[in-house]
Amino acid sequence: MGKTLAEKILSAKSGDNVKAGNIIIANVDLAFVQDTTGPLAVRQFRAARFTRTAANARVAVFLDHASPSPNAALSDDQALLREFAQQTGATISDAGDGVCHQIVAESLAKPGDLVIGADSHTTTAGALGAFACGMGSTDTAVAMALGQTWLRVPESILIALSGAFSPGVYAKDLILYLIGLLGADGATYKALEFGGEGVMSLGMSGRLTVSNMAVEAGAKAGLFPADEATRYYLASQGRVGSYRRIQPDEDAVYERTIEIWLGDIQPMVARPHTVDNVAPVKDVSGIKIHQVFIGTCTNGRLEDMAVVARILSGKKRHPRTRLIIAPASREVLQASIRGGYIQTMIDAGAIILPPGCGPCLGLHQGILGDDESCLSTANRNFEGRMGNPDAYVYLASPATAAATAITGHITDPREVI
Amino acid sequence: MLTGRAFKFGDDISTDHIIPGRYAHLRSNLPVLAAHVMEDADPSFAGRVKPGDFIVAGSNFGLGSSREHAPLVIKMAGVSAVLAKTVARIFFRNAINLGLPILLCDTDRIADGDQLEVDLTSGTIRDLTNGESLTSGRIPQAMLDILNDGGLLPYINKRGGFRL
Repeated sequence: MGKTLAEKILSAKSGDNVKAGNIIIANVDLAFVQDTTGPLAVRQFRAARFTRTAANARVAVFLDHASPSPNAALSDDQALLREFAQQTGATISDAGDGVCHQIVAESLAKPGDLVIGADSHTTTAGALGAFACGMGSTDTAVAMALGQTWLRVPESILIALSGAFSPGVYAKDLILYLIGLLGADGATYKALEFGGEGVMSLGMSGRLTVSNMAVEAGAKAGLFPADEATRYYLASQGRVGSYRRIQPDEDAVYERTIEIWLGDIQPMVARPHTVDNVAPVKDVSGIKIHQVFIGTCTNGRLEDMAVVARILSGKKRHPRTRLIIAPASREVLQASIRGGYIQTMIDAGAIILPPGCGPCLGLHQGILGDDESCLSTANRNFEGRMGNPDAYVYLASPATAAATAITGHITDPREVI
Repeated sequence: MLTGRAFKFGDDISTDHIIPGRYAHLRSNLPVLAAHVMEDADPSFAGRVKPGDFIVAGSNFGLGSSREHAPLVIKMAGVSAVLAKTVARIFFRNAINLGLPILLCDTDRIADGDQLEVDLTSGTIRDLTNGESLTSGRIPQAMLDILNDGGLLPYINKRGGFRL
């Protein structure tokens, strides 16, 4: 019987011929923490009297959620993480370098890896053909020390894509549509695997967006095959040597298959307060928006910045709508400067933030006021998510966000392109 | 045998309801952080919950962030177990890793304030207020071993690594 991508990768990582439902012990290639989950992981690591990280696993520490730190308590947490990295030799990525998942994609993960991160959006690296899975601080601390974790091999749901997006429609709209279809727990304990000839029309940037949000349907992983698009991306990052092709077997067994014709997808929005509360933009257009936030591990990449700059070019934000933009990494920020995108954004009235997560989780930078509404390119819109339980968060693509910033109300990007 | 009152919640209680990101700066000050437990789902919860009480929720409890502080502050509040129809994956692992029991059952039959009696070994839940009995679904042996050892660190300490 053939193997899914999940079964293939986890067979290699456990050294056994595994199938969905098996409980396995697997070798971890990369284990990482960030500054809101890392301090607890370090304390658990030390409570267990571990002194060294495992030889077989790369360990990385990211200071991205508070970038830079807005208060003394978080600065102390970051100091603890810097000290841990120095003591263990873990890779450290400091404030301003970028969001963990973006840097994992740019520099660390490769096809076939098992990646464990103390952050739910660790699923992002599934776009590269890695089995990447979020866990908590204790699980990650143990993975850092032992280079192993336990997993239940998930059943996979195949998302068979065909066709190509119509203009103004992006990967974000696809994943919002899919989460609406599956529901917020529709893929709990399972892997989403993307296949079909339509994957060819998704470049790495779009794949990262889709894998990032797989967890919003409850999925343990969101996997793409490693193909020419993966090779192209790794080569552009100077890492072509990390490429290897990984495809599911043709006779792989899926729990079920969902077929999506990409040309049918419309610009989508997730309405407050759950990610599966989706609607086409046209059904909610006109809702007044006080703040637009563009960035995050979901949509803060160079391709996103390019789309936003193209829409904002020669225009101004609506005078009553704040526009906040945070490129996902230093690399994205620098390329956006070289491309002229940042100048265009500033000319349009945008506030440019350093690379980081701050506004997305309501930690700092752009906390909403009572009864305010934000349209964000992030991945979550839970009650209280952006720092105020009496505020409202809508999720959409960077194109919809840029169009909305200009008009001041939720706007279909096809109206302004 | 665990006994306590039921604090009833609905579906899709996220880790942001349990412990919001705006309190990230309190994560290294756990007693202060724990005072905000469940704040965005029920601001009165922290003041009313007593050691031994239960959180009783609908489906997909604990969805969202990987923050282990969510089950941690629930445990620190003295909650003896979480009963839910379904639980999000990362929250489930985190709770078991901290030794906080999760019981999967049809929670519709339990009302807010009901007095419950829970036998973790058999997975039996008795609602002393309405006289009904429920049985929880089985969780994987790998998770039971971690729970029975008191959490992942005691498990690793006792067994020297992962053992299936």
